[in-house]
Amino acid sequence: MKVWLTALIALLCSGLALALGAAMLALPEFVVRLPGQVTANLVDSGVAHPVTAVLLNFRGYDTLLEVAVLLLALLGVFALSHHASGHAHPSAPAHPVLQTLAQLLAPLMVLVAGYLLWVGAHAPGGAFQAGAVLAAAGVLLGLAGLLPAWAQPGVLLRGGLALGLLVFLAVAVAGLPQGELLHYPPALAGALILLVEAGLTLSIGLTLAGLYLASAGWRQ
Amino acid sequence: MTPALAFDLLLIAALLWSAARALTIADVFHAVVLFIVFGLLMALAWARLSAPDIALAEAAIGAGLTGALLLDAIGHLRAKRREPEQ
Repeated sequence: MKVWLTALIALLCSGLALALGAAMLALPEFVVRLPGQVTANLVDSGVAHPVTAVLLNFRGYDTLLEVAVLLLALLGVFALSHHASGHAHPSAPAHPVLQTLAQLLAPLMVLVAGYLLWVGAHAPGGAFQAGAVLAAAGVLLGLAGLLPAWAQPGVLLRGGLALGLLVFLAVAVAGLPQGELLHYPPALAGALILLVEAGLTLSIGLTLAGLYLASAGWRQ
Repeated sequence: MTPALAFDLLLIAALLWSAARALTIADVFHAVVLFIVFGLLMALAWARLSAPDIALAEAAIGAGLTGALLLDAIGHLRAKRREPEQ
């Protein structure tokens, strides 16, 4: 009986895979050539790298909402961890070798994050990658017991978490008088994108590290 | 066979193997390590497909942070399992 059921499920899955493959092959030719449009408008975007131009300028809306979703996810973790933080015991201090290594690596990682942020204007890089490196530095420092601030996030930390979204929203709304949301004037676009990305890098780094570190309260 | 093609074929084989092993292996810790290996190989594949942006994001978030979160979850689960015995 169980063998037949497994065989039936395998058959159905194979059928679905075949149907999906057939549907992909039957797709009509693309009518809109997006890469061409991006290349044609790259001059007005303020950056020289097409991926950054799409993420921060042409489809800035998507990135804005993504950052809001990240912040909401962290708020969820905070809401859960607050529950049990009363029982939290101070964890044992980390090994001195780990502490020294974390102290040596963290400045280098901050430097790499800054480089990735800056290079995003004309080569692969940008706020998300820079933020991820920053978050990795945060997790490393947290594991070494060198980031006690996450046990009770203060005003500065919470402000840093919201900064990226707030800067992005301010820049988006500032374009409203000229016509539409998230419309950068071409002369200022490069500077505005760098400003938004700098804020995003800090907030994404703190948020991703926070997803890991904020649950420390209910781990112990 | 050019070296590039040989590398790509090897990469595909390693990707499929690590994905299959990560899903079928019994030990959770080994599965997570295989998942991290899969993420790093995937980053290589993205780089070979000339998508360095996605390769960077995959290596940093897919393999690095998700791997750290999963390892943390394992530690959490093991600590919880040990508690009732004491």
